[in-house]
Amino acid sequence: MKLAHSMIHKLPKLGFKLFITTIMFVITLGLAHGQTAQEKGLAIAKERKARDLGWGDSVAEMSMILRNANGDEAERKMRMKSLEIKDDGDKGLTIFDQPLDVKGTAFLNFSHALKPDDQWMYLPKLSKVKRIRSKNKSGPFMGSEFSYEDMSSFELEKFKFKYLKDDKFEGQNCFVIEQVPTDKNSGYSKQLVWVDKKHYRALKVEFYDRKNSFLKELLNLEFELYLDKYWRPMRVEMFNEQTSKSTDLVTHSIEFKTGLNDNDFNQGSLKNLR
Amino acid sequence: MQDMNLVIKGHKLKKLISLLAVVPCLVFAEVKYSGNAGVEQRYFLQEALYPQQERSNISAYFSPEVFTSFNNGSDSILFKGYFRIDQQDSERTHGDIREFKWTHSGEEWEVQAGIGKVFWGQVESLHLVDVINQTDAIEAVDGEDKLGQPMVSFSLFKDWGNTTIFALPYFRERTFSGVDGRFRGPIPVDTDNPIFESEDKEQNLDWAARWQRSIGDWEVGLSYFDGTSREPTFVVAPNVDGDISVRPLYPQMQQVGIDVLALLGGWIVKFEGVQRNVFEQDNSVLINGVPVTFEQQDYFAAVAGFEYSFVGLFDSVYDINLLMEYQYDDRKELATSVAQNDLMVGTRFVLNDVDGTEILMGVVQDLDYSNVRSGFIEASSRLNDHWKWRVDAWFFSSDEPMEPSHLIRRDDFAQFSLEYYF
Repeated sequence: MKLAHSMIHKLPKLGFKLFITTIMFVITLGLAHGQTAQEKGLAIAKERKARDLGWGDSVAEMSMILRNANGDEAERKMRMKSLEIKDDGDKGLTIFDQPLDVKGTAFLNFSHALKPDDQWMYLPKLSKVKRIRSKNKSGPFMGSEFSYEDMSSFELEKFKFKYLKDDKFEGQNCFVIEQVPTDKNSGYSKQLVWVDKKHYRALKVEFYDRKNSFLKELLNLEFELYLDKYWRPMRVEMFNEQTSKSTDLVTHSIEFKTGLNDNDFNQGSLKNLR
Repeated sequence: MQDMNLVIKGHKLKKLISLLAVVPCLVFAEVKYSGNAGVEQRYFLQEALYPQQERSNISAYFSPEVFTSFNNGSDSILFKGYFRIDQQDSERTHGDIREFKWTHSGEEWEVQAGIGKVFWGQVESLHLVDVINQTDAIEAVDGEDKLGQPMVSFSLFKDWGNTTIFALPYFRERTFSGVDGRFRGPIPVDTDNPIFESEDKEQNLDWAARWQRSIGDWEVGLSYFDGTSREPTFVVAPNVDGDISVRPLYPQMQQVGIDVLALLGGWIVKFEGVQRNVFEQDNSVLINGVPVTFEQQDYFAAVAGFEYSFVGLFDSVYDINLLMEYQYDDRKELATSVAQNDLMVGTRFVLNDVDGTEILMGVVQDLDYSNVRSGFIEASSRLNDHWKWRVDAWFFSSDEPMEPSHLIRRDDFAQFSLEYYF
């Protein structure tokens, strides 16, 4: 879940503000000739990605709260280990603690920028590691409103970007970027992302289904700063506009640079997880 | 001398100190308790073949699990017990230690010792390659339940693949229905008087090795096993009391196995193949004190198939998987194998709902005899965080006395289970 990190150059203060704004406007106009909306969109996405480089690895304890249209709730508990991989997508390992019948089930994901992610499930009942088809990326993750592709890491190569407009979200100045998935197996025709200008964090994402209808809205909330650099939302809310079902992803704790390495993401060691 | 004494004392002290240093870790290591229990009601759709057998059966099981890790997670101990109590069949009332093992993990390697459970393979309908653990056959007709296997194993996790070597010092006999149980022949298998080809009987030291690797969209496994075959043949002979009995005979076996899974577009293609060498040549087996020589069998068996998924069917979140697998065994005349020329066709519905509802159904058709087939339905769903229901049903059709499935032709059943997880 890395839908949320970033930042920006601090905007100047007060007296300067008008002056600077004018300058910026002129520069923007000037750039407008040289920089297309696509280029600007890509530049913002690159900055968003760049500001989140170097976090290394993390271990998080999380809950998913699944809510149906009537408001009935069910809780999933899991631990998530992530490893940053240079020049490729990240590695992720999710161990489920609840529901109790899937306790010990582990989901191993190697994200890739261009080709489909490599994914495995460990089924403790059979002691079996099962390769799963990641083309199934639009399918729900654990019956939630998050799909498998929503759980994958943010990589530039996964989208074609386009800057749409400036907007305000919850009082924060944002860029609105359109992201069109490059993978034809994506469940989405496009995503609209509200990226705050200050920290380049994705604050809100609108997901549009294959028929271009508004499908889901994601909000990244309660941001915390880690290692003085990396912003993480402690609460992510995903609301399905078509079914009125929703899922909250709550981070109870997260630790960075815990010393994980490739060995912790080997399918041979999945059987030892509890 | 005194110096020596001091040195020794110093050593002892050091040992004591290091031991004391370990103790707090052991004490404060988190111990995780979990497990599940269930009640199963079975109802057989036809009148039984034998007078001792009943139409309905209730059974319950309990499977606790304890896990703890220490030394910053590089050591762990897992215990998984199993106990079942059965209304009708005293053989099915049984207990087992499914797992009780210590694991030590290093950088790119691992050692395990104790009782373990290992799964090898990729296909769904038949597990040929998977020969480490004995089948707890009395548990369920699908053969997916396994007995705990005593073992010591060493694994290497490298870029070029995961390699594990196993030493298996003790053999577990297969479980079979007793006289009051269904799923048996006219004479129940005499599990008290097994016959072994190995002179060391169940203490024959078996060994095995496996290499496994993911290469892009391919999963490839190679394995070797040398030891007592988990699959018995049967000998009809008088037992110690002079009664005719059906005794399981466990021969020696060498097996080379290969298992492959490939993701090809929307298709998942799977293959498992084994080359087996069963019975040593000129090796005689003592049956009631009489040496009997068995013909060496050298044969090939394989399962090949595919899975195709329709994701998000009709704009819903439902998935449908179609499965088809062909089972082949080149022992033409020998009927001990059920799967010598059979086709499994199945489908799995995944509702992707909060309750995790899944329905799997299928048919296994014998291509040699049109009237020999079996069908199954398995469905399950959560009731809440602790409770889950499950329905299993099996149907057997076989008019062919030469086919093993003929023995269970009247054992069609439906079973409803309630499971509790903690």
